[in-house]
Amino acid sequence: MTDLTVSSAAELAARKASPEARARVAKRYRSEARFKAYGVAAIAFAAVFLVVLMTDIVSKAWPAFTATHLAISVTPEAADVDPAGDKSRTSLARGDYGKSVRAAFQAQFPEVKDRTARRKLNGLLSSGAADELRDEIISDPKLIGQEIKTRAQFSDDADLYLKGAVTDVDEEKGAGVATPSATSGQVVIETSNPAFQADLEKIKSDLSDKARERRSTATRLQSLLDGVLADRPVAETELKAAQGTGDAGRISIATAALGKVDSDASSLKAQVETLTAEATDFENRFKDSSGAETLDEKLPSRLVQINGGLVKVTSLAANRVEGVALTPLTSQDAAQAGQWKVLTLETPESERRVGDQEIAWLETLKAKGVVSTDFNTGFFTGGDSREAEQAGILGALVGSLLTMFVTLAICLPVGVGAAIYLEEFAPKNRWTDIIEININNLAAVPSIVYGLLGLAVFLNFFGMPRSSAVVGGFVLALLVLPTIIIASRAALKAVPPSIREAALGVGASHQQAVFHHVLPLAMPGVMTGTIIGMAHALGETAPLLLIGMVAFIVDVPTGFTSAATALPVQIYLWSDLPEVAFQAKTSAAILVLLFFLFVMNGLAIILRKRFERRW
Amino acid sequence: MDTTTAVASKPAVAPPPAATQPDAAPKIIARDVNVHYGDKHALKNVTLDIPEKAVMAFIGPSGCGKSTFLRCINRMNDTVASAKVSGLIQIDDQDIYDPSLDVVQLRARVGMVFQKPNPFPKSIYENVAYGPRIHGLARNKAELDQIVEDSLKKASLWNEVKDRLADTGTGLSGGQQQRLCIARAIAVSPEIILMDEPCSALDPIATARVEELIEEIRRNYTIVIVTHSMQQAARVSQRVAFFHLGVLVETGRTEKIFQSPNDKRTQDYITGRFG
Amino acid sequence: MTLIYILGMLLVAAGAYVAGRQKSASFAVAGGGLARLHSLPSYHGFYVALAAVAPMLVWLIFWLLTAHRVVDAQAIAALPANLAPTDGLTYGARLREINQAAAGVRLEELQPGVAAAGEALNSWRVVADWALAIVGAALALLGFAWASRQLSPEFRARNGVERWVKVMLIACACVAILTTVGIVFSVLFETLRFFSKVPWYEFLFGTQWSPQTAIRADQVGSSGAFGAVPLFAGTTLIMLIAMLVAGPVGLFSAIYMAEYASPRVRSIAKPVLEVLAGVPTVVFGFFAALTVAPFIRSTGEYFGLNVASESALAAGLVMGVMIIPFVSSLSDDVINAVPQSLRDGSYGMGATRSETIKRVVLPAALPGIVSAFMLAISRAVGETMIVVMAAGLAGNLTFNPLEAVTTVTVQIKTLLVGDQEFDSAKTLSAFALGFVLFFFTLALNFIALRIVQRYREQYD
Repeated sequence: MTDLTVSSAAELAARKASPEARARVAKRYRSEARFKAYGVAAIAFAAVFLVVLMTDIVSKAWPAFTATHLAISVTPEAADVDPAGDKSRTSLARGDYGKSVRAAFQAQFPEVKDRTARRKLNGLLSSGAADELRDEIISDPKLIGQEIKTRAQFSDDADLYLKGAVTDVDEEKGAGVATPSATSGQVVIETSNPAFQADLEKIKSDLSDKARERRSTATRLQSLLDGVLADRPVAETELKAAQGTGDAGRISIATAALGKVDSDASSLKAQVETLTAEATDFENRFKDSSGAETLDEKLPSRLVQINGGLVKVTSLAANRVEGVALTPLTSQDAAQAGQWKVLTLETPESERRVGDQEIAWLETLKAKGVVSTDFNTGFFTGGDSREAEQAGILGALVGSLLTMFVTLAICLPVGVGAAIYLEEFAPKNRWTDIIEININNLAAVPSIVYGLLGLAVFLNFFGMPRSSAVVGGFVLALLVLPTIIIASRAALKAVPPSIREAALGVGASHQQAVFHHVLPLAMPGVMTGTIIGMAHALGETAPLLLIGMVAFIVDVPTGFTSAATALPVQIYLWSDLPEVAFQAKTSAAILVLLFFLFVMNGLAIILRKRFERRW
Repeated sequence: MDTTTAVASKPAVAPPPAATQPDAAPKIIARDVNVHYGDKHALKNVTLDIPEKAVMAFIGPSGCGKSTFLRCINRMNDTVASAKVSGLIQIDDQDIYDPSLDVVQLRARVGMVFQKPNPFPKSIYENVAYGPRIHGLARNKAELDQIVEDSLKKASLWNEVKDRLADTGTGLSGGQQQRLCIARAIAVSPEIILMDEPCSALDPIATARVEELIEEIRRNYTIVIVTHSMQQAARVSQRVAFFHLGVLVETGRTEKIFQSPNDKRTQDYITGRFG
Repeated sequence: MTLIYILGMLLVAAGAYVAGRQKSASFAVAGGGLARLHSLPSYHGFYVALAAVAPMLVWLIFWLLTAHRVVDAQAIAALPANLAPTDGLTYGARLREINQAAAGVRLEELQPGVAAAGEALNSWRVVADWALAIVGAALALLGFAWASRQLSPEFRARNGVERWVKVMLIACACVAILTTVGIVFSVLFETLRFFSKVPWYEFLFGTQWSPQTAIRADQVGSSGAFGAVPLFAGTTLIMLIAMLVAGPVGLFSAIYMAEYASPRVRSIAKPVLEVLAGVPTVVFGFFAALTVAPFIRSTGEYFGLNVASESALAAGLVMGVMIIPFVSSLSDDVINAVPQSLRDGSYGMGATRSETIKRVVLPAALPGIVSAFMLAISRAVGETMIVVMAAGLAGNLTFNPLEAVTTVTVQIKTLLVGDQEFDSAKTLSAFALGFVLFFFTLALNFIALRIVQRYREQYD
């Protein structure tokens, strides 16, 4: 207390003006700025995440919105496409159209005779490549036997390559005159000047890069291996101790742990060995200065396009390459500078799903100008498929639509009814308090629990059809009911009591007052809440998984009780598939889902803005 | 409620003390009316006769129970869950708290105009037509149109709105809105109109127009008006009832109450000692 | 059939309405004006229509719940003795065969007795359909006759209709209660059955989770180990990571929005958070599994760390981002609810904004913020899709965020999707997990809502 008595008012004032005080103020301002920066950083974090998420999905989705087709002339044989021979719909529907398309396709590459090569070639086309032909013939059977110009869809891998998603292709015009030694098989191409000098240097630097990269990965894995090996004695001791106690459970756990250590160690060891071997190989090749470089599937492939054919380079020197003709050359004539070119496929063949041979065929087709890229209508008009290029979202979209219809038909009347009762008619007592607490708690129950409810009550107890839109709709209706009740109550509460009194004053009954006056005024708020609830239901996945809407369903659902899937479930299903092309489909389906959510939320905002009433 | 039936079963209703007896035949008879809001005793033993086709004004300081009593007459207190009304109120010898009576039909007979103008956020036409519609008063559209026109004329609003019946009622000025509410009340041809401080939210000019209107329509309706303004009570009413702290202190002819009140409290209130 | 019946109900309703309306209008003509009627003619119409349709609807619901069981039982009874089902599993299988026979699918593959049962099924179905139609029509007629006899000028049809409407409104409000009851019973019964196979202490305290395979021969239930501790641990780990992201980011963005942001910044930042809140969880799951997890893995490898491809970190991070808008909007509410007078008091003494927030606003808003965090935790614990897509399946008992862990919701989904063995401990264990999940989140929500409520009252 002595301090306080000493410090007179004048002294305190002096303290406030002292240099220390000023420093303190400066410090306080710095802390203020720091605090504010945290806030900005938090918002920026959320915004950046959103941007990255959207960019990632849009960029991934892009290829799925286009489809590549091959323009092809087909002459369908009556025996193939019309097995019954009566040109009836049923007969035509069972016809084999693929055969005609495949025949026409193979005719474009007459040099391919070997069975495995043919299968490879056929693999470029989708298994549904003949769909368009079938549709044309079924709609006009007179076309049988005539030459028809039609389109055949490429398979997912070919499609991805044509969209540039498999590898970057570097095209370089050839310098100097190049002379091939043969038109097929082994080909040697000599050039008048060292046209491949740059390539040679590029390959050398690639080799050294790859060797370095392999070495560093090997070192990292080695350190992991060391760590694992260091853990081994611990696991061994534990196992010994467990065996000492004789506790079966402890022994089994310890044995499992030791087994995991050993398997980890051996797999790491194998990886380290492969990597080191590869690195050594690359280093040796880098040091080798004999002049010619051997290309293998671990290095970027180089294809020489000359005289209408493609030669895959196997060995490369400054002015001479050796290789294999992937597609035959038309002649052995010398090609002038600029008449031939070198294609470099940046991703090594061992790291991509489309081989050099397939790429050669596709490049040939591209050069012929028969490859077209169009808007992928099939994505919006087809059901699910095991083949990525044929998979569409119509089935899921219709499934979602049916589900949403059931949801809306249940949760709107029930939700509004419950809200009206609780807000307008319910007496204030324990019972209504319980209902109210209950509704608030239901709003926060995890969605998967509603799935359990659907499974146990709707499927097992009531025996409703599994995987159907009607059960999905019921479950989602219960899920969004609390949201709608809460929003509707808020909207009803916002209508001033004077409106009720006015209606009662002219002799309206309580219900007439509510249904004629209060409810119409609350309707914009109710609708906004409903739309937001429906948007929530549209994006909901987990409960639908449990009631069996995850089945693989090709057909577009036709009714409320037929097996169906929903848009978010389709996204989940596709995201699980290993094919790269399905990644694009998944992203595209996400964009479609987001589009619907965007429209719904936009509608809610417009409703709120348009009809918002301040009392 | 329980006392209500007991009183109603009596063969005749005893007249109130001589001093409060009206000149004309009473339209509304109230005997020992008590209102509780939860624990609060808001109205204590009010006994009052309200004469037919005249204006009766309820005056008194805020919270004195005059609005509460007014709202008993068309059972608007039913909408307040905590309110409990006991005693007897009769309109034309009919107990309005009789359980078998339909409150909706009661309110069709007893119209009400509220403190703040509260037109429905609908068109002017719809505002007036709503009541006749729910009560089935019009046989066809032409009749309904006629009712709307007559009501608006009686509320002397017709000339101002006849060209814009489809405009929303909330777009009118405050005074017009209140006259619209009066038209809305008139449209169901009630016998009684209750007015709960109808001019408190209006400017003096609008107030004057509403007062003129009350003067015009009082020949056809029994009007009960709650007002804060002594001058207004003096201007529009024939009889006055003075409430204080939930008790009906004094009632009688307007000139009498204003010139020579019997009770000291009335005297103090009128001369502005409190309130 | 149901659809025809519903159409029929609509027709009956329309017809009864018109009839009732006309009858009451005829009173009006005879008795001089509508005003003489107690209720408007349309109410008479509604009254009659309701009386006609309500019994039809009740009958329909009853029929839907019972008829197919009766029909199935009759078809099963029509099977020859050697094919009669012995238990639930064969019952279902037989029923499927009979249904195929009835639909005429793959008749040649089915045993002869089944085809006969299929015919029986078809004929019983016809009987059931006729029963629906005839009883429905009779009920409609009865209801109609009963109601239209009551009509008179004095009849209080409006009060009758309003009573009906009120009953319906009460029924609507009770749906919420029924939902809770349904949830509790559906998880409770199966959980009790599960605990009759696997003791509850082994479930709650066991550290081995592998429902698919037996680890030890003497294991109870013999289909696997049901120690849920690894799941609880995994759920907790992912929840903690998520809260480490969502807590500070959500809270700071709420503070910034409530105390610092200019209207212009707010008009940008608020939609960002709203859009983030509107992104379906399956999209976050996709992003976590295909973008964030590989990114974390390669980053980890760059620093010489061994990261699982389904690391808890990836799932937790993305889940955290998902919860940010949730935390921020709840915190925003409680911060805004702190009275301005408290802030003014602090500013008046020369405190800076951040000092005011730290010393005055946050302490005052603390209960609300705590409950916001609790609600966020319950959201994180119950979230399914992100962890299903980005977290692992194996029940590793670890707190290393770079390893793969599994969660309660992942296991529920894994155990219940696909073909389920009827009555197996494996299937039932999913309900036990659901039981734990439901009551844990319920308790959390209940406490949080209570705190918020008390907090609101404090400043109201």
